[in-house]
Amino acid sequence: MEKLSGGDILIKALADEGVDLIFGYPGGAALHIYDAIFRQKDVKHILVRHEQAATHAADGYARSTGRTGVVLVTSGPGATNAITGIATAYMDSIPMVVISGQVVSDKIGEDAFQETDMVGVSRPIVKHSFLVKDQRDIAETVKKAFYIASTGRPGPVVIDVPKDITNPVDKFDYYYPEKIKLRSYTPATKGHTGQIKKAVQQMLTARRPMIYAGGGVVQGNASAQLTKIAKMLNFPVTNTLMGLGAYPGTDAQFLGMLGMHGTVEANTAMHHADVILAVGARFDDRVTNTPNKFCPSAKIIHIDVDPASISKTVPADIPIVGPVDSVLDEMLELINATNERPDEKAIENWWKEINEWRNRYGILSTPRYDTTGEMLMPQEVIRTLFEVTKGDAFVCSDVGQHQMFSAQYYQFDKPRRWVNSGGLGTMGFGLPSAMGVQMAHRDAAVACVTGEGSIQMCIQELSTCLQYHLPVKIICVNNQALGMVKQWQDMQYDSRYSESLYEDSLPDFVKLMEAFGHVGMRVTKRDELKSKMEECFAMKDKCVFMDIYVDPKEHVYPMQVAPNGSMRDMWLSKTERT
Amino acid sequence: MKRIISLLMENEPGALSRVVGLFSQRGYNIETLTVAPTEDETLSRLTLTTIGNDHKIEQITKHLNRLVDVVKLVDLTEGSHIERELMMIKVRATGAQRAEVKRCVEIFRGQIIDVTASVYTIQLTGDSDKLDAFYHAVGDAAILEVVRSGVSGIARGEKVLGL
Repeated sequence: MEKLSGGDILIKALADEGVDLIFGYPGGAALHIYDAIFRQKDVKHILVRHEQAATHAADGYARSTGRTGVVLVTSGPGATNAITGIATAYMDSIPMVVISGQVVSDKIGEDAFQETDMVGVSRPIVKHSFLVKDQRDIAETVKKAFYIASTGRPGPVVIDVPKDITNPVDKFDYYYPEKIKLRSYTPATKGHTGQIKKAVQQMLTARRPMIYAGGGVVQGNASAQLTKIAKMLNFPVTNTLMGLGAYPGTDAQFLGMLGMHGTVEANTAMHHADVILAVGARFDDRVTNTPNKFCPSAKIIHIDVDPASISKTVPADIPIVGPVDSVLDEMLELINATNERPDEKAIENWWKEINEWRNRYGILSTPRYDTTGEMLMPQEVIRTLFEVTKGDAFVCSDVGQHQMFSAQYYQFDKPRRWVNSGGLGTMGFGLPSAMGVQMAHRDAAVACVTGEGSIQMCIQELSTCLQYHLPVKIICVNNQALGMVKQWQDMQYDSRYSESLYEDSLPDFVKLMEAFGHVGMRVTKRDELKSKMEECFAMKDKCVFMDIYVDPKEHVYPMQVAPNGSMRDMWLSKTERT
Repeated sequence: MKRIISLLMENEPGALSRVVGLFSQRGYNIETLTVAPTEDETLSRLTLTTIGNDHKIEQITKHLNRLVDVVKLVDLTEGSHIERELMMIKVRATGAQRAEVKRCVEIFRGQIIDVTASVYTIQLTGDSDKLDAFYHAVGDAAILEVVRSGVSGIARGEKVLGL
């Protein structure tokens, strides 16, 4: 058996786990580990410019591939800078392993230089964490971390490694376990058959059914099964912000996103539904509006791998705990085995109703924005992006109005193409996550849809893009203000724009891009938008920034009425309501 | 309603802070908390009491179960169970009060475990209601110090919380 130092064991274990890429930033407590990285070839390290970006990049890598993202940072500030990205991954259930250096074991607790209690600081935002105390535990800890991060409801796992544990002098036997079993961690591998039967029975008697699918379908690789069920039963489908792409966005059975900025047809159909099949969704407050007014006449079937997500805010009538893919497989079998089908006439009438809402209010069937004015509208930027990329780009969004416009106007036909911080709403997520996606898909078109606010939160990563030749296309929907903040200030604070304006302090993004060695473009006119965007995406090996000036007064609609509104209570524009 | 939740968790550093952290993080209350190792040195037994409606308790138990360090969990209040708490209490015992306090201790089947000319130190075990009743019986004025262990509990009959 070979003998290795702690640092070498750590990196070898990552390689044996199948890790090809890690995102990180070196520092004192992690130097032994970085030396181990230098002396091998299996694991490639991407040097970011700020640890937050390392976590977002690993996150983007994970979301677009389904594999576990890996981060390496040093102790103290390295670790705390990673916190925002860990919380982002936690809220969206993204598999991630974060390795943080720690001060030497006998200095822990002494307020040593660059010491932070990383296990303590990260505790509320990780699925689990480890502090390694012995070199002999490293390999097994890595195995456990990946197992926990990627199974059940995925999430980030922290491994805190004191510097002495990775020292190059002491050497130990290396052995990487093939399998690991944890007596206290046994995620569900199968749903309850009786419950699944009951659910199918309920679905077959539905007259006004809805399928409400969330990020769990994407994470659980169950899009194919979901699509099959919807097609077999002719059920309408809506996706959450996290679930976009779980069901083909251009399919006629897809009603668009639901929730706060969901479509009228999706929200109204939810409100009137008699049976709701909720799959891998968690009834988030941005979906349900007022929970006790949520879908008053619906029987709710809820499939989720995490029992704690079931009946948390809205009680489920038929809860099913299990991985969404295997539960949906079982449902498909049951549906295939029976001749029973939902009342055809009823479903037909239901579709008639839905199509009336869609024709009247749908954001894609009737123009909801003015394209005759002087200024470009943010919605047309996203529609143009959709056309230019033929709906096939990876779209990594930042947070704000542009994020909602992307969710509404870019139709995702495949899962794992839409990458955004849904739960935590982390501004600054867009660019670094796009880097992670581009690292995993070197030849793919990767767009970072952002605003002039969000982009400045991680703009230092333009330098990383140059170092690793990442041809990310940055689509900056520039409304010269913190648009979503300003929208709320318009709606709730009589347009008092408290600290949401930059007052001509924005940088010249075109020059900034040139300074970073990239390409910058400015777009202000409607007739140049499409051609410039085509030009942008034609530069396959260049990182390009499109600074697109749009109407600063535009709001995101539809928008649910809150507080005390139900799903169907929505603002359609600044003046109209449902 | 008061609930007694008892669980087995890995006897590892950080396990307790995860349990306690969960309560503060999600806005649940802990009324009492006791932790000690078990006959299996890799496991600790933690018992806590909390107050909440069925929905809240369901959430608490689900989230506790989700913690990787928690091996097994039971809500003792769901079945018949035995609950015990230990209290040590110092009371002023002078003059006529001396005999009165002593009688009270006997009624509650407590023991006087230390004595000075003016103070009794009393030990009492029982469920929480009994301990509460005792210090109401003694009267606030006489009480100098109260130490309670927090509730421990075990299911009645053949039910066992084990691996």
